[in-house]
Amino acid sequence: MTVGKRKIFNSFFQGLCRSMAFLAMAVLIVILVKVVTNGVGVINLSFLFKAPREGMTEGGIFPAIFGTVCITMLMIVLAIPVGVSAAIYLTEYAGKNFLGRIIRASINNLAGVPSIVFGLFGVGFFVLFIGRGMDKILGIPLLFGQPAMLWAASTLALLVLPVIIVSTEEALNSVPVSLREAAFALGATKWQVVRNVVLPQARSGILTGAILSISRGAGETAPILFTGCAYFLPRLPVFTIPYVHIPVINPLDQFMELSYHIFIMATQSTNVAATRPIQYGTTLVLIALTFLLNLSAIIFRIYFRKRPR
Amino acid sequence: MKYDLQSSNFRAANMPNSTSPESGLKRFGDKRISDLLVESRQANVNRQRVQEFIIEKLLFAGGMAAILFIALIFIFLFKEGAKALFLIKPIEFIGTHILDFDNNRVFACMWQPVGESGKYSIVPLLIGSFLVALPATVISTILGGGCGIYLAEIASAKVREIVKPAIELLAGIPTVVIGFLCLTLLATYVQNAFHTTFRLNAFVGAIGVSLVIIPVIASITDDALRAVPNELREASYGLGATRWETIWKVVVPAGISGVTASIILGMGRALGETMIVVMATGNAALVTGNIFSSVRTMTATIAAELGAVPQGGPQYCALFLVGAILFFITFVLNLVAEMIINRMRKKLRL
Repeated sequence: MTVGKRKIFNSFFQGLCRSMAFLAMAVLIVILVKVVTNGVGVINLSFLFKAPREGMTEGGIFPAIFGTVCITMLMIVLAIPVGVSAAIYLTEYAGKNFLGRIIRASINNLAGVPSIVFGLFGVGFFVLFIGRGMDKILGIPLLFGQPAMLWAASTLALLVLPVIIVSTEEALNSVPVSLREAAFALGATKWQVVRNVVLPQARSGILTGAILSISRGAGETAPILFTGCAYFLPRLPVFTIPYVHIPVINPLDQFMELSYHIFIMATQSTNVAATRPIQYGTTLVLIALTFLLNLSAIIFRIYFRKRPR
Repeated sequence: MKYDLQSSNFRAANMPNSTSPESGLKRFGDKRISDLLVESRQANVNRQRVQEFIIEKLLFAGGMAAILFIALIFIFLFKEGAKALFLIKPIEFIGTHILDFDNNRVFACMWQPVGESGKYSIVPLLIGSFLVALPATVISTILGGGCGIYLAEIASAKVREIVKPAIELLAGIPTVVIGFLCLTLLATYVQNAFHTTFRLNAFVGAIGVSLVIIPVIASITDDALRAVPNELREASYGLGATRWETIWKVVVPAGISGVTASIILGMGRALGETMIVVMATGNAALVTGNIFSSVRTMTATIAAELGAVPQGGPQYCALFLVGAILFFITFVLNLVAEMIINRMRKKLRL
């Protein structure tokens, strides 16, 4: 091959790789532009804060936003303790022993399980096994053993568990060993070192993982299809405590959710064309929500990586 | 006097009648205060040991949760799926004899799980899944691989700071949004460009799914190539190779196991992708090799049907069996990818 040909090859293939990377960015931009231009027209306060009317063709999406917020909060409350303690165990206690390797392999596999399989598992395990089992033990008619926010949140928590574990592990590993050694030299026990030295240092990394998993959970649809989502509910999943009249979220109720709302309106609503603007509006709200969360996680990470220790 | 260095939360509040260590010589009741001090300190240490023990066990339980849930997923999917094998003859999962228009008995692979004589052949579903996943994997291997090479080898640090987060953001777009855009916009473009019979087809789904796995392949390829030691590049440049020759003949072969693992993982994701295919592939369970025909994947079948079937019936169990097969395929793919990555790690450490 002549030198000239090699030079042409060199610049051609480098250019090809560059154009692929920019194509991926262009796709991202096209998606955003399409969703924003088509959706921004319907966004106003009453769209965000009113319930749907007239068979979903009019009105807002407040119940779906409310449901999304509730379920992601419940999910993160369930997932953080398990995920963080698993990560602490892996980095601080297990190290690279056999059990640690098995746990890591399971986490990697859990991360690769298709989301619809989580949905199936949610039905089979949470709703039917645990829920029906609780009903049977308590001797009550159907209460736990039906699709509900609690089971959907548990299923989602399982889905985001690997995200939390991996990012927490990364955060814990980035804490310098010298800090731990200094604390041990002062006579601190293992847990004292973890609680007072390692965890405060790793706080931002754990928070980043939590934000990422909230965004992941808010965007997932398949796991909640059968575990608690509803097409339309006339009221919010809230119940009022008698006598004191304080409304609280009812985790045993079904709920509406943004991503499910998009799915069901785009594929199964009675009048797909009439709800098109609302579909785009809902998509815009969902994408804005997950985007802000992801962006804040990325900025967080860059900021804390640059911070001198 | 014994001092335990482990005890660090020694508190003055435990010492009756005293604020300073010298008062240990005074008497308190029938005991010397210094003895009391030792005792209370010992009690503290014991309490701490118990606390440490309990905390370690709690953290251990958190770690075991991952193993537990993988095992439970296995058990519950295969338990429900196995019931299907009792309710439906195993041969029917491949195909059944039906009468065609000329009243001849023919062996057909159909997924029609309705009515008394439901047909439960999973062949069309498997074909559908792979008809979406394989093109998606090919598209995203080319594009994602290119992105990964660009990020690791070509891009300057500044450009990288922008492109990498952008690709991560692409990964963060909810799949239902991509599915929705495929359904409303992309399907029309594809139909106008290729004049296809079906507006929603496997190819539209494959493009949508590839958007999800491009970031997966790009970021793992990026990691794998960046792990290749710099000496190799320097040696290649020293022999007079151009940058592209170095990338293609030295760096990529050195990091090939990571790249392979990323493609396998991407394929697993493509097979498991649900919302895009349920919205964009048309959901017709056909036995076909045509990429522009409507197909029904395993994931879409579960998503579309499970909500409407009575629990415990043959269709319900058959759907769990489909889920179990899907889980098994992705499990094997993940395992293979992980083994490749582990081998790569070991090799690079040497």
